[in-house]
Amino acid sequence: MSVDYDVLIVGAGHGGASTAVALRQQRFEGTIGLLGEEPELPYDRPPLSKDYLNGDKPWESMVFHSAKGWADRQVDLMLGCQVLEVDASAHRVHTKEGRSINYGKLVWAAGGMPRRLACDGHDLAGVHTLRARADADRMIAELPSVHEAVVVGGGYIGLEAAAALRTLGKKVTLLEALDRVLARVTAEPVSRFYEAQHRSHGVDIRLDAKVDRIIGKNERVTGVRLADGEEIPAQMVIVGIGISPVVAPLITAGAAGSNGVRVDAQCRTSLPDILALGDCAEHRNSHGDDDWIRIESVQNATDQGTIAAQAIMGEPCTYDAVPWFWSDQYDLKLQTVGLSHGHDQYIVRGFPETGSFAIVYLRSGVVIALDCVNAIRDYAQGRMLVRRRARPDPALLADPAVELRALA
Amino acid sequence: MTDSIWHEVAPVAAVTEGCPFKALVSGVELGLYKIDGELFAIDDICTHAHALLTEGYLDGYIIECPLHGGCFDVRNGRGQGLPITADVRSYPVKIEGDAIYVAIDRS
Repeated sequence: MSVDYDVLIVGAGHGGASTAVALRQQRFEGTIGLLGEEPELPYDRPPLSKDYLNGDKPWESMVFHSAKGWADRQVDLMLGCQVLEVDASAHRVHTKEGRSINYGKLVWAAGGMPRRLACDGHDLAGVHTLRARADADRMIAELPSVHEAVVVGGGYIGLEAAAALRTLGKKVTLLEALDRVLARVTAEPVSRFYEAQHRSHGVDIRLDAKVDRIIGKNERVTGVRLADGEEIPAQMVIVGIGISPVVAPLITAGAAGSNGVRVDAQCRTSLPDILALGDCAEHRNSHGDDDWIRIESVQNATDQGTIAAQAIMGEPCTYDAVPWFWSDQYDLKLQTVGLSHGHDQYIVRGFPETGSFAIVYLRSGVVIALDCVNAIRDYAQGRMLVRRRARPDPALLADPAVELRALA
Repeated sequence: MTDSIWHEVAPVAAVTEGCPFKALVSGVELGLYKIDGELFAIDDICTHAHALLTEGYLDGYIIECPLHGGCFDVRNGRGQGLPITADVRSYPVKIEGDAIYVAIDRS
């Protein structure tokens, strides 16, 4: 059987693009196809909820490579394509456009789809999720007629969108169902810090707030009704409640996985010659209690892309990179290292009131993660502590005058 | 090289093994790195976003930008994959007496 591509990468986001680049960097000489659902050239996704949304960052600066750049690297781009079916034994995929593509190895980097609300009014005009450039562009086009916006979800996307819209002068109400923002990913001091910062910028943050329905007129949103009956007027609703991994064709083909598709430390799925990585891939992370997890971050997608390339080249490799992540809201830069899940202690380093501080998370005395706000040095040096599984004296961790580098 | 000038940057003792050293030379923000006794100099401003590589994480010959994790090889300035799509400039380094010199293009 002749292959159309020695390596077919499905998904042209950070993971897919990173795999293609890594293969060529490692002198892979086979043919590479990079297939993506979005019509745009592969691009940097994080700015969509940050400075692209508020108009500060031009699109041109977000594109990884021009069409010529990909051609120079001999990567064939298939944009605006969607794979509907994977025939694992025949080593073939079938696309929505009616195309069949034979592959030597398949790399599945299809990411996730934003979850939508299920309540009445969830599909009215003016209700948005934010994942792709097209989503951001739709929102931007409506902004001139938006005075009041409601953001549903106090995770990173919700908070970033709230900051962007507030910066544009919109009246913003943010609804979080739990008792604090960022509840699943940070310790309480960080949640409270961000709540205070957003409130000081004029965002109305409602905790323990649940949406009953979205109300509208002429098929367009006019407000949000809460479970307690209060109605908040809005001309735009942004829903940031997470993503569901795009893996149905692999699961249907028999791949193992319950939260995304399951991969080993070389990014291999349970299907022959099929790898997966990024937002859609469930893996055991050595920095996360060895539980099966899905990490939604640029770092995870990029680093797993490098591993997938090494695995394809037959080089020994193990995915054990220290996870890290960032979030930009107003003039606040949050940078996280490691995974704080399962911490049994945390140390506050510095003073949140100053706008620059860090939280160091420990488990059984070992540093497992840091959250750093406007504290780049602590972030860069904290990496070393996590990587080396350091066991420093907590009193020294709490002292901002002691460099973290000295405690590694 | 006839179009470059050697600029004195720092005393030899100022750059220690494994510790990125920041310098501003002839209007150019530089990072100096000493690894296994050898010296290297590259632009300090990341090509991806405005961040200083010397504030980042050094692992062997690779410096990782503290902002978005972009990596460069300090020996030649080459970007090591996404998000980096453009290399940083790398400059010749020499030691004369007890001072470190970096050659910067006149242009």
